[in-house]
Formats: sequence, structure tokens, C-alpha cells
Amino acid sequence: MHMADALISPVVGGTMWAVTAGVAAYATKKVENDLDEQKIPLMGVMGAFVFAAQMINFSIPATGSSGHLGGGLLLAILLGPYAGFLTMASILVIQALFFADGGLLALGCNIFNLGFFTCFIAYPLIYKQIMRRGYSPSRIFIGTMVSAIIGLQLGAFSVVLETLFSGKTELPFGTFLLLMQPIHLAIGMVEGLITAAVVGFVWKARPEIIEKASSGEALGTIPIKQVLAVLAIVAVFTGGFLSWFASAHPDGLEWSVFNTSGKEELEVPDGIHQTLASIQEKTAFLPDYSFKTQEQETNTGETKTEEAWPVVDAGTSISGLVGGIMTLILAGITGFCIILFKKRKRPSVV
Amino acid sequence: MIDMVNMMELLNNIRLLDELAGKRTNIHQIHPLMKVLTTLMFLFVTVSFDKYQLSGLLPLIFYPVVVITLADIPVVPILKRMLFVMPFIIGIGVFNPFFDTNPVVILPWIQISGGWISFFSILVKGSLTILAALLLIATTGITRVASALRMMRIPKVFIMQLLLTYRYITLLIEEVGRALCAYSLRSPDTKGIKISNWGSLTGQLLMRTLERAQRVYHSMCCRGFTGEYRISKQNKMMIGDIAYFAGWSLFFVIVRFINIPAFLGLLMTGEGR
Repeated sequence: MHMADALISPVVGGTMWAVTAGVAAYATKKVENDLDEQKIPLMGVMGAFVFAAQMINFSIPATGSSGHLGGGLLLAILLGPYAGFLTMASILVIQALFFADGGLLALGCNIFNLGFFTCFIAYPLIYKQIMRRGYSPSRIFIGTMVSAIIGLQLGAFSVVLETLFSGKTELPFGTFLLLMQPIHLAIGMVEGLITAAVVGFVWKARPEIIEKASSGEALGTIPIKQVLAVLAIVAVFTGGFLSWFASAHPDGLEWSVFNTSGKEELEVPDGIHQTLASIQEKTAFLPDYSFKTQEQETNTGETKTEEAWPVVDAGTSISGLVGGIMTLILAGITGFCIILFKKRKRPSVV
Repeated sequence: MIDMVNMMELLNNIRLLDELAGKRTNIHQIHPLMKVLTTLMFLFVTVSFDKYQLSGLLPLIFYPVVVITLADIPVVPILKRMLFVMPFIIGIGVFNPFFDTNPVVILPWIQISGGWISFFSILVKGSLTILAALLLIATTGITRVASALRMMRIPKVFIMQLLLTYRYITLLIEEVGRALCAYSLRSPDTKGIKISNWGSLTGQLLMRTLERAQRVYHSMCCRGFTGEYRISKQNKMMIGDIAYFAGWSLFFVIVRFINIPAFLGLLMTGEGR
């Protein structure tokens, strides 16, 4: 469920960064307020624990496949929603930095999808409500199952929305939704089962660990409405601001740069144009690729590339292709030059 | 049976990146804040390209190439890590050619659907963004990234938590690894942890972890922990550090607004005169 940078747009990434930063700031404040210093090492070690526990393969009966722990809900249950959210966030930061598992721009999305819904929706609104009348094995089971499933469903839905708003994929909304939700229903069930098993076991062995964690955080007092209101305002503001910024450089821009880059360069004042033209004459080692010859080009200097093919002008796309290859070769040469230069330099240094 | 290979890989990866971060090349010595900002700028520019923009995106590859070579980063392990993450990106992107069938002419005799262009654009963006994140940590290291985050006014509690988590990952992975190894020796030929043991195995590990946290806390107290956590001091920012950020930013912005490959191609083919 970790989203990659390549699949999101700056507007979506930026908005979700802002929203997540808002939630994280709120959670930090809460954690700092009830600062029991013991909690700091506890959060750190628990984060590492979840990280390590994610590596365990749990074999799912009668399927032959295996599932993994996500850990968001477990962290919320053991540390409370605020510390749980921050711990989940730090796990995701490390995953993004060290394993490129989820991008850095997409980090806001990922922390929100995996941390917010479990810690701030599923945990207080479902798990806590079910546990209100006291702990029992069956309540623990039902509470964790339902919370895990709903938390993951919301997270998956949020992935779908963020991806579609980003507009990088052509997957239609319905198809993507039908792809994501059922898969995450299964993943959520496994997550619920694992969490239930762990919480149930620990509760039997050391009930105070589970009970103290949740009673320590008077969750009934989470002003969820306030949190949501702040979130909505932040989202609208950043979204609005960023899309205004984006529309100042409309999407068409990229297209047009791509299509008309030739034109733009040619329409600059004569001096540059002529110099360019003469450079071109000298450097054009692929003159045969010039389709203009096939098109009885008048070649008066002011001619723009004519639409020879239906959608994209082949003239510019071929120069894009050739230029692209050239760019890659140049990048490679640059790398080699640096290596050579360093090799030459090294003996004299040592 | 159990993900031992994966675990070793994970540990090796962390160790490798830690070792790389300990090098002392020019890139490593640039102020971490400037490197974080440069990375963010790079990511932002990369992602902001339109989905059909493929050629204009390519000059961005200069950034990873220059950083890798200047910072003495071995290419193979980094590329391996990159390939490891790509399938997810490919999985989503591969639908584009099916849903977007607008014809685009590549060569006069080759015509493909626009979806392929956007698919390749996603691939290039995916590779670039993954590389940038890995290169940041490989040339900076987590403690200096943390100090950069602190300078960006990220709350101390979060940074402390991030560093502690990072510090204990190696330890806890080894601990989980030992438990899994013991389990697999007692129950050969099973593919994972049986459902009847889900709670007890993970629960035991969890309780041990909580006790460890207690011990950690106590030993921190013994060494004078008062809730404050000191993050390593950074050298002062120099002109060179700022120039590094400014130089790359300028390059990224130029690449964003001028399609250099198209321009180069134009020069080479003599097209468009």
C-alpha cells in the first residue's frame, strides 16, 4: 500500500504532506504534554519491533499463502493513538529512506493512509468503543478484527483517491477501486487476525500492558471533530493554493513545450535564430531524418513544422527521441569523466 | 522457510547504506540541510512533469549520475534496490497503454499509443525518485538527516523517536530472526508461522521488547537522560553548501522549462528549420 513518488502529482503530494504534518504536529503536542519520559524509548523500541515483526511470515490456513503484519493498529493499542501515529510515521520514514519503499514526496500520503485511519479513526471510534465495557477475549477479537479491516479499507480507498487525483495512471476509478478494496479486505482480515492473536496473548499473560495503555490515554476525550475540522481546513487551503499555483503553469504547458519546443526556439529574435540555424547546418549529422524534405518544405526560415501526422508532430518527436538518447549518452560520459578525473587525482593525493 | 533471506537482505541493506554514509567525499561533506532540500527540489521537479513528457525528463538523470560518481557510491547495490521496488510502480503504470490508446508517432513508420509514453514516463520518474531517496541517505546518513530535519523545525520528540527506532531495528531484527530460526528448527517443512502460534510467538517477542524498552530507559536514566535528546551538532553552513543547492535547483528549473533533449535533437537532425 506504500505509494511511490512516480504515481503522485505535486499537488496531491504537497497537500497530503501538509495534512500529515498537521496531524503529526497535533500528535506531537499531545505526546509532549503527557510526557512520560519512559514513553520515548518505548516508542523507539516498539517502532523497531513492528519493523522487525513485519518480516514474519504468518501462514494462512487452507490457502498456502502467507500474510504479514502492518502494525498501525497494534501500535495504537499499545502506545495510544498519538504516540502510535508518530511511531508509525517514523517507521515509514525509515522505509522510504533506506528501502525506497514508498517515496519521499508520497510520504505524506503514506503516513496518512497507514497511520491516520488506524490511529485516529479505527482505534478510537471502533476498538475503544468495543472495549469500553471491559476486556474479554471475544471483545478483543472482534474489536481488533473490525478496526483492522475498516482502517485498511479506508486507507486503500484513500490510496485510490490520491492516485486518481494525481492523474498519472489511466486506470478508471471503478476498476482501480475494484482492484484495491477486495485485496485490502483480505489483507485487513489477516492484519486483524494477527493483531487479535498478539493482543489476546499479551492480555492473557500481562493484562496490565494492554489495559494500562488504553486507560492511560483517555481516548473518549479525543476531540475528533476538532481534528477533522482542522484537517479539512488545511487540506482545502493547501490544495487550493497548490492547484492555483499549478494552473498558473497549466498542464498544457508541458505538452506544448514538448510539441513546440522547435517553434519557440525559432521564434526568438533573428540573431539567435540565425546563429542557431548555422549551428544546425554544421552539426546536423542526421539530415536524412529531416522529414521536411519529404514534404516539399519551402525552407524559407520562417516555416514552422507542419502537422504531418495526426496527433503528434513527428518532427519534434523524432528530435525528442534523438535528443533523449544524446542526453543519456552525455550523462554517461559525464559520469565517466568524473570517475577518470578522480582516478587521475587520487594517486597524487595519496 | 521463514523470511530469513529477506531479513539478511534487510540488514545488509541497512549496513551498506550506513557504511556508504560514513565516506568522506565532497558530496558527503555538503551540509545535510542543503542535501535534503536539493533532494526535495529534485523530487518535486521530477514529479511535476506531465505524464506525456518523456524526453524533457531525461536530463534529470544527470543528478544521480553526478552524485553517484562524485560520492563513490557503488552502482550495483543501489540499482538492485531500485529494481526491487519497481514492480509496484510497473504494476500500476502498465495499465496506461491499455486505457490510453491515443496514437503518438515516434518515427514516421512507428506509431504507438500515448499510454506507452505515459508508462515510460512513470518508469523514468520511478527510477529517478527512488534513486534520489537512496542517494540522500547513502551520502548523508540518518543522524545527519535527522539534524537537517531538526533545522527544518521538525519537533524533537519525533526526531528522537526516529533515531531510536532506527538504532534498534538491527537489534530487533536479529532477535526476531533468532526466534524464527528456533521455530523453524522445531517445525520443519512449514511455510510460515502456524495460526495456533501467531499470538504466542509474536506476543512473546512483544513482551520481551517491552522489557527491553524498560532496560533501555533505565540505562538512559543512569547516563543522565532527562527527556532531552542531543542531536549531533552540524558544521556551519558554508557558501559552497548553498551554492550546491542553488546550482542544482537552477539546473532542475531549467530542465523543467526547457526541453533540452528536444533542442539537442533539433540541432542534430536539423529538423524544424
